[in-house]
Amino acid sequence: MSRILKYRELLLFGIICVLIAAFSYRAPGFSSPRSLANIFNDTSILMILALGQMAVILTRSIDLSVAANLSFTGMAVAMLNAAYPGIPLPLLICAALAIGAALGAINGLMVWKIGIPAIVATLGTLTIYRGMAFVLSGGAWVNQTQMTPAFLNTPRMPVLGLPLLGWTAILVIAVIAIVLRRTVFGRSLYAAGGNPTAALYAGVDVGRTTFFAFMLSGALAGLCGYLWVSRYAVAYVDIAAGFELDTVAACVIGGISTLGGIGSVGGAVLGALFLGVIKNALPVINISPFWQMAISGLVIIIAVLFNARQERRKGRLILRETAKRRPPRIEVPVEGAAA
Amino acid sequence: MTILTAEKRPVRVIPDKLSTPISRILGSWEMLLAAVAISIFIANSLASPHFLDPWNLSDATYNFTEKAMIAFAMTLLIISGEIDLSVAAIIALASTAMGAAAQAGFQTPALVGIGLGVGLLCGAFNGLLVARIGLPSIVVTIGTMSLFRGIAQIVLGDQAYGGYPASFAWFGQGYMSDFPWWPALPGFEVVTFEMVAFAAFALVFGILLHRTTFGRWIYAIGNNAFAAQFSGIPVQRTKFVLFLLTGVMSGFAAVCLTSRLGSTRHTIAAGWELEAITMAVLGGVSILGGSGTIPGVVLAAIVMGLVTFGLGLLNVPGIVMSIFIGLLLILVIALPILFRRIRSKAAA
Repeated sequence: MSRILKYRELLLFGIICVLIAAFSYRAPGFSSPRSLANIFNDTSILMILALGQMAVILTRSIDLSVAANLSFTGMAVAMLNAAYPGIPLPLLICAALAIGAALGAINGLMVWKIGIPAIVATLGTLTIYRGMAFVLSGGAWVNQTQMTPAFLNTPRMPVLGLPLLGWTAILVIAVIAIVLRRTVFGRSLYAAGGNPTAALYAGVDVGRTTFFAFMLSGALAGLCGYLWVSRYAVAYVDIAAGFELDTVAACVIGGISTLGGIGSVGGAVLGALFLGVIKNALPVINISPFWQMAISGLVIIIAVLFNARQERRKGRLILRETAKRRPPRIEVPVEGAAA
Repeated sequence: MTILTAEKRPVRVIPDKLSTPISRILGSWEMLLAAVAISIFIANSLASPHFLDPWNLSDATYNFTEKAMIAFAMTLLIISGEIDLSVAAIIALASTAMGAAAQAGFQTPALVGIGLGVGLLCGAFNGLLVARIGLPSIVVTIGTMSLFRGIAQIVLGDQAYGGYPASFAWFGQGYMSDFPWWPALPGFEVVTFEMVAFAAFALVFGILLHRTTFGRWIYAIGNNAFAAQFSGIPVQRTKFVLFLLTGVMSGFAAVCLTSRLGSTRHTIAAGWELEAITMAVLGGVSILGGSGTIPGVVLAAIVMGLVTFGLGLLNVPGIVMSIFIGLLLILVIALPILFRRIRSKAAA
């Protein structure tokens, strides 16, 4: 299994390299270290969100409320900063993490304690959280001039050629990689999604694990709320509208199975980078940015097709699960057909 | 020798349908919805003096007629255990295609055909990926959702299509009294084409789901696709047809919506997939598949229409209404689960 995953990540990495090479053929500056650092930095938020989304998808759930969570938390933090410029930045970041985690916990509780299917629960909270951002702000914008310089500039401060935003993404990637590989919670995520019944017998509380996955996804979305607002220097209700689909796309492209239990940090990060490279390349090769949505849609479909083929080939899936997806075709011999 | 012949064997009749006690009917989800609809109606008429005006009420139906048309098809799809998140994107693409055709000088019948045709093609594409290739419908339709709307975005950019032929406006703005055969009774003059289409589709889908073999197949597939397959039900073909149906209904909704708005932007019908699903779930359709009724969805559509219209009369902004819709979606799923849990605890 790990060999296939490695193979898949290498393949994705190769595709990204080929893309970069092809784009830099058209625009020589595209593959310069500065440009690549820029693309990485530009994709940071997507990478962080995709990692949270991955934790949720591993448990056979999905979190469609991440972008709305981002919007609400970003608005809340920006308004806090505008109203009380004295609050130190670390405290604000903690507030962002806490608000995000609380919103994620609401999703998690509904899935864990009430048993609402994740897609419906988060489809509901998607509209509720964004609506709450509107209620909170009254529809008003928080502009650059209202936010403090420290709030705005910290993520943009370059360290060794990469802004702090990019370093934050690297830090989150490292932490999540360690959590998934080395902690009980991380292993429980895989166990809970791979085979919930077996996980239960092995002493994993599947519901609780799912709850914490949602909380993690929420906390990362909250962090991204701050990062987004400071990066684009404005907070309004509609920020990151539809971004939840990009996070799902990054996961699917990265080979994270929506049936749960399969996926790696590397896959999610490379999936996000794939989308990031395309997004940054479109203006370079003179294609209107309006193409981006259709391209990511197409890439999602191709990735799902590809994943399905790989999953089928592995033969790992439990019989019942495969049957649910696609009942076998029964060949009924037609009478007299042989004659 | 006593041989039990077929005639002598005690006959046990297995009824097609269990008799339902009146208490069950009164306690049913549909009755609850009807009660909610009536109380919202009364509350609205008390809250705003303009609510009971017939023309106002007629206008209010636009809040739900188009969405309900999609919700009917979505209901069948959800009962069969699948879902289609791309319906709003299909509307955007169909509307864009009609806009482009209108610019090229096509007339109304061709435009309607194009709208329905694009819907059919999109539905076929979803159906192909889900039913033929066997991919999970949630992820596939998230993908096609951004593909279809993305194509609309490529074509339109930040522009808008307008300039539809005058006769095209009838679908979304026309009244049935335009026909000479429509009875000139008092109250009948406010009936719109969309209201009649809504009622007709409710009837057609109701019969299809509750009175035909095809309808029974849908329930069978939703409850246990594996067993259904072994019972000789063409599971994949049925699912494919359901995706086609959802596509065509989205195309029809696109015709109505485009005709009503008279222009097309790439953001047209944004978020409608959520409202169509909410309607179905509010109507008592289990999101896990296998159960649900069309009358329930009809009532749910009316309830949602009344709520949004009433809130509109009270000057509540659209985004705040969406909070109510989101809450409604979660509550209608959570409450039955919680009640069942309390009841089983009380029984234990």
